[in-house]
Amino acid sequence: MTATLIQSPLHELHTQHGGQMVDFAGWEMPLRYGSIIDEHNAVRTRGGVFDVSHMGRVAIKGRHARRLLEIACSRKIYDMEEGQCRYSLMCNERGGVKDDVLVYRHDSDDFLVVVNASNRVKILEHLAALVAERDLTCAIDDQTLSTAMIAVQGPKVMDFISGFSSEIPALKRYRFTTKNLMVMKVLVSRTGYTGENGVEAILPAKAVGMAMKLILKDVDLDAADAPVKLAGLGARDSLRLEAGMPLYGHELGEDINALASGLGFAISLDKMDDDRGEAFVGMEALRATRDAGGPERVLVGLKLEGKRVARGGAVVQASGADVGEVTSGCLSPTLGYPIAMAYVDRAQCEIGNGLVVSTGRAEIKSEVVAMPFYKAPKA
Amino acid sequence: MSYPDDRVYTSSHEWHLEQDGVVTLGLTSFAVDQLTDVTFVDLKPAGTQLDKGDALGEVESVKTTSDVYSAVGGEIIEVNQQVIDNPALLNEDAHGEGWLVKIKVSDASGLADCVDAATYEKEHAH
Repeated sequence: MTATLIQSPLHELHTQHGGQMVDFAGWEMPLRYGSIIDEHNAVRTRGGVFDVSHMGRVAIKGRHARRLLEIACSRKIYDMEEGQCRYSLMCNERGGVKDDVLVYRHDSDDFLVVVNASNRVKILEHLAALVAERDLTCAIDDQTLSTAMIAVQGPKVMDFISGFSSEIPALKRYRFTTKNLMVMKVLVSRTGYTGENGVEAILPAKAVGMAMKLILKDVDLDAADAPVKLAGLGARDSLRLEAGMPLYGHELGEDINALASGLGFAISLDKMDDDRGEAFVGMEALRATRDAGGPERVLVGLKLEGKRVARGGAVVQASGADVGEVTSGCLSPTLGYPIAMAYVDRAQCEIGNGLVVSTGRAEIKSEVVAMPFYKAPKA
Repeated sequence: MSYPDDRVYTSSHEWHLEQDGVVTLGLTSFAVDQLTDVTFVDLKPAGTQLDKGDALGEVESVKTTSDVYSAVGGEIIEVNQQVIDNPALLNEDAHGEGWLVKIKVSDASGLADCVDAATYEKEHAH
């Protein structure tokens, strides 16, 4: 481990609980505390607490804050309400994806954007360049190192949280609230990256250790029936995969057309038709792709036979010909069979289509299935 | 982590326990811990002839896929069906119930290149 890695404000908590620390986008973060599968199952059945402080947190304030986001984001910002979060892409001029982000609207001139750790510096530069180029008036404040972020996810976590707050469990999906807890400001949103019910909280880096002690004071994290368990990045990856959520660097990237990623809901190609709207970076390229009939390859979910896993880079074949490539895969702990996401030729994307995945070690029969692979039962 | 001193270890993290010309072979707890949860084990069947250094199977985990190598030449006379049926056995008991194969040894020369438990532990245990 090199000395240049950034440590989370919760570093001590991780090492106290046996976290296996790994380099994740320049951060020293816990891959797991024990078994990744146990952590995964805890989140599906009860609850898990994730440290996601590596995610970038960028405040954008000022007269043109909304316009800046309107230009950078593929989704409408102007019709967001105060206290609302919205998932969006930020694209490059070619229609590739610079990042997938969550925009939080405090007010018409006050926003927060949560970006991927691996893209934080790039997005800060991108936004600063747009400000200069369009002559906008707004302040961009990277709050990543002065704050921490935790995710509490799972079917039982709202019961757990109701022990601390009556307001938070009443939050609607993709809404947030700002609470003053003692002397610290805490932002809590009904969001997550696991497909489960739950919240994410942003709070001052200096206070998060104490806050975690308070929240977990009556919890034996190692007990089999603990309401919540610490969960690492390993479980976070298999959970998001079961939930059919893309991961930047795998399903999303600068050279992957945004329209191919199954995120059509997050791309508003008519955004500038409203007088408050604005053409976003990459929109012209994406319109051209749409007008030409869509991208050549699209993202699909695959269900594989047997127990072998197809990982990113495995080749997808139909009748002996290469028709695509796997971007992520795992043996789904919840479903018991291997699942994968893959980009395949549009002609091969029909649900039920049979495809072969060649891993280099084995050829595995698979079938195109709908995503999400796993949907949590309604509470 | 503790390593039984009745057997020898390779730098590729297999343990070899020789008894009456038969080597029982498995992965070390260090290797299994690095792999994280094992999800799939594929072993060559009984009857397979191995040269020393040959791969005898593969182990897949949540994070990665690895080959398993034999330090001895010989014939696989038994594979552990239990570990194939329940790969988590490797995580639970890598040095015992999680053994992989038994090999009737015809070339034991590779065992001389293996190290004892204390040396293996010094090199790999954290």
